[in-house]
Amino acid sequence: MTTAGQVLDALGARHAEAPLPAPAPRPRAPAPQTAASVSPALRAAVPSGVWPAGLLASAAWLGLGLLTLLWPNKSAGFSDWAFTEEFGIATLAVAALLFALGLLGTRAGRLSHALRPAGQWLVALAVVFAVWEAATAKLGVLPSPFFAPPQSLIDVVHEDWQRLGLSTAYSLRLLANGFVLGALAGFLTGVSIGWSRIAGYWVHPLLRFLGPVPASALLPLAFFFAPSSYVAAVFLVGLATFFPVAVLTWSGVASVHKSYYDVARTLGASERFLVLRVAIPAALPQVFVGLFMGLGASFSVLITAEMMGVKAGLGWYLQWAQGWAAYANMYAALFVMAALCSGLITLLFKVRDRVLSWQKGTVKW
Amino acid sequence: MVNAALSSGSAPKATAGAQIDIRGVSHWFEVSGGVLQVLDGVDLQVRPGEFVALLGPSGCGKSTLLRLVAGLEPATTGTIAQNGEPITRPDPSRIVVFQDPTLYPWRSVWDNVALGLQARGVLREQRARVDEALRLVGLTEFAKAFPHHLSGGMAQRVALARALVNDPQLLVLDEPLGKLDSLTRIAMQSELVNLWQRAGFSALLVTHDVEEALFLANRVIVLSDRPARIAAEIAVDLPYPRHRGDARLAALRHEALKHLGLDATW
Repeated sequence: MTTAGQVLDALGARHAEAPLPAPAPRPRAPAPQTAASVSPALRAAVPSGVWPAGLLASAAWLGLGLLTLLWPNKSAGFSDWAFTEEFGIATLAVAALLFALGLLGTRAGRLSHALRPAGQWLVALAVVFAVWEAATAKLGVLPSPFFAPPQSLIDVVHEDWQRLGLSTAYSLRLLANGFVLGALAGFLTGVSIGWSRIAGYWVHPLLRFLGPVPASALLPLAFFFAPSSYVAAVFLVGLATFFPVAVLTWSGVASVHKSYYDVARTLGASERFLVLRVAIPAALPQVFVGLFMGLGASFSVLITAEMMGVKAGLGWYLQWAQGWAAYANMYAALFVMAALCSGLITLLFKVRDRVLSWQKGTVKW
Repeated sequence: MVNAALSSGSAPKATAGAQIDIRGVSHWFEVSGGVLQVLDGVDLQVRPGEFVALLGPSGCGKSTLLRLVAGLEPATTGTIAQNGEPITRPDPSRIVVFQDPTLYPWRSVWDNVALGLQARGVLREQRARVDEALRLVGLTEFAKAFPHHLSGGMAQRVALARALVNDPQLLVLDEPLGKLDSLTRIAMQSELVNLWQRAGFSALLVTHDVEEALFLANRVIVLSDRPARIAAEIAVDLPYPRHRGDARLAALRHEALKHLGLDATW
């Protein structure tokens, strides 16, 4: 159980630096009526007034907007980048919004409360966009068609949102089918080999020999045997999920402290009760580590399978865009992919936090 | 009858306790390179409602005897019977309280106490008994807390409540206070006597604390070094509640230490 926590701690630690804790609510801890009697120094720390980071971010976005609008695009030999003006106006709108929030401070309510921790990120984001814009559209240091400016992503979404959306939906469907089936099979396998000596004897060697084979190595075989490329891809995504879930569930069930069983047995528990109410809940922290690893593996197999044989999905879209040298489309697909994978991992962690709320000191994703 | 035993009365009720007969029990463990004898011909009877303490040096096999009585393991030779019926498997009429509270960390205090009722499928009808057991150990306000919020003493009280909610005929106590600090331990000893007097179960306590054994038990069985056999039997003929400063207790303590070969410092 501790190992599960440690692994997730280690995994989470890399990402923990991103959301800085909000400094706002801390000094407000004493009741409001005492605020008058607080020393001036402490009162100054109460962030009731302007939001400096917000104003700085506003200035950065203003700079980005002016850079986009006033600096003419470098001619690239074909028609000009579309949506340059719209991109500039959008950044100016962001700048205006941030300016208003910066001036209002905490009086802006919920929105300011939500954005406040991200103040430094908002500044950095504008800077990154500015460098990107300058290097591609304005200076041409990064040449087209291999590199595309930010506004071209708007172009892609505008032109090709149907195909991109459909590809995302196909990927999600394939991932959902494969992941759920693989996780379920892995969980059941893990519980049975962790619990039953006979199941362990027969399944364990199989798991040891076949489990570590990368699922994508079986791609040609799966496409050959399965009735359709979709079924083959579901199988491979499932297989990629199956292995880590099975191994970690197994180790979770096997490492349940013997005294937990003794307690339940003396209280009159049946075998079924021992599995369902003792072994499985005690193994759950490990199971979630397995699910996390399985989800990561399934992303990689999903995209590979879609690139190799499935005629739909984000992997296919990437291949297709590259075939047409539509690099902007490729970047857009990559963005969607990043958002999708990160969103799913976040979702998994939310579920874990809910299910394992009894654990203390778990990492917040 | 079940509820009455939990909630009312102050005198021990002889009917609620089990009679335990241990006859000629010897036990061996398989260890690498042979066998290790831990028990050697133990004969012991626990009368209904009696509180018996097993006192012995560390590692002498006391806890093994308890595991056999609980039915967690079969004895190599000899018989153990409860009310004349041989003990072959664990049964909720004999509840063990271990040295570690072993609460399930994923369950709230209430759900931990409810464990036995849930395991036997009677929780739905008997939910009130969980509240009653929590009230008995004074943890009503902590019903929704999770084990990692509890102190050692509180966790062990939850473990006691988890045992008592099943209305056991025999409470098997495996050094239940061994890991508590000495102040908590003194308080818990008195609580244990109160609970025992109210519910009237038989109790079999393993401890290596001489004072604790004499403070709690009607009879103290002194065990020898491994393999454990009964070295002496001390009847503690004092009424409850007992007083720690009692001269009679001090004399019995001297006697117990002498049986253990530790009276040089007396």
